[in-house]
Amino acid sequence: MKPRVRIATTSLAGCFGCHMSFMDIDERLLALAEIADFDRSPLGDVKRCERCDIGIVEGGVCNAENVEVLREFRRHCKILVAVGACAINGGIPALRNRYDLGDCLEEAFLTGIGVTDPKIPGDPELPLLLDKVHPIHEVVKVDYAIPGCPPSADTLWTVLTALIAGDEPQLSGESIRYD
Amino acid sequence: MTRFTLDGREIPFRPGQTIIEAALAAGIYIPHLCWHPRFPPHGSCKLCTVKVNGRLCSACTFPTAEGQEVVSDSDELRRLRRRLTQMLFVEGNHFCPSCEKSGQCELQALGYYLGMTDSHYPHFYPRRDIDASHPEVLLDRDRCIFCELCVRASRAEGKNVFELAGRGIHTRLVVDSPTGRLGDSALEAGDLAARICPVGAIVLRDTAFRVPIGRRKYDRRTIAEVSIEEERPLLGEGNG
Repeated sequence: MKPRVRIATTSLAGCFGCHMSFMDIDERLLALAEIADFDRSPLGDVKRCERCDIGIVEGGVCNAENVEVLREFRRHCKILVAVGACAINGGIPALRNRYDLGDCLEEAFLTGIGVTDPKIPGDPELPLLLDKVHPIHEVVKVDYAIPGCPPSADTLWTVLTALIAGDEPQLSGESIRYD
Repeated sequence: MTRFTLDGREIPFRPGQTIIEAALAAGIYIPHLCWHPRFPPHGSCKLCTVKVNGRLCSACTFPTAEGQEVVSDSDELRRLRRRLTQMLFVEGNHFCPSCEKSGQCELQALGYYLGMTDSHYPHFYPRRDIDASHPEVLLDRDRCIFCELCVRASRAEGKNVFELAGRGIHTRLVVDSPTGRLGDSALEAGDLAARICPVGAIVLRDTAFRVPIGRRKYDRRTIAEVSIEEERPLLGEGNG
């Protein structure tokens, strides 16, 4: 019997849209469950990543916790896959990179329209924001990237099944989209 | 008739034709961004780089010659072109999901064509000025790739609205008007200079997101197919 494949997934500075698209593989999830187990992932409730075969990362890196989780994934996953526009180039969250972070916080929590009880959140539980949002390849080595906002379920399935089979995933033609 | 070979195929040419012109006339696409059949070549994007008798040359500026052996479709050139495209992506702020040019953008379509799945390089995230002063045309410098097509088009129209200023990483697209703002320039929405931008740097207002996803220019056709269909007929008389 083949050893079971262990997969971890996470959403950093993303919107969970890539995870939703992954859910769109629909009944193929059952086929996946036959051969794979999920480690840390929003699909379950595992808090820490253990040794995994495949790590799937949605979202870019916008705060200190993102950096920590991303490094944990890299440490424990044999293959790390960047999924979606945000993981690959920062995406929509990186639109804030053209503004000063202090200005963003001030407008959101102090001076913006409709703000009541103005105060910039400073609870020590909150992860510190980075000056800029970064794609994940600027922080760790990334093995494969699946572009799209989000990538289609079929594209995600094609890459995942190739990786599980030990093949080199091939994206071409209409499976490569940036929007 | 005089001929050269391109990827092993014999291509006829007329004296004075560049490699990219003769190739397109024969129905063969060589990737490009700054070249347009209606204007003199600029030779800056280097995406049309081919090997001519073993040496790397820009197909948009290099003249054809009898017996030349040209290679365009090789793994090596595909890799080099992909790297160039990635450099263009990281040098500006190209966020396709929030860009109204998405689906109709040549830079994006070229990324698809070359199989680009990531940025490879660190992103610059430059801070560039947006000019929203014109009632009909928006200038978003974040997306400018410095191809100078708007510069050449405006020059041909006798208006000289656009120019590149600065050098290297400080290069920027500037506007010739008393205030430096697009709204105070002679540009009109009907000008070719307002419509020729291959990316989302110069866009017409009130046209965004009119074409639904699935029916946009590059949703179903590759940039190669579009180029052969739309640019080939624009080649000079007798070329096509």
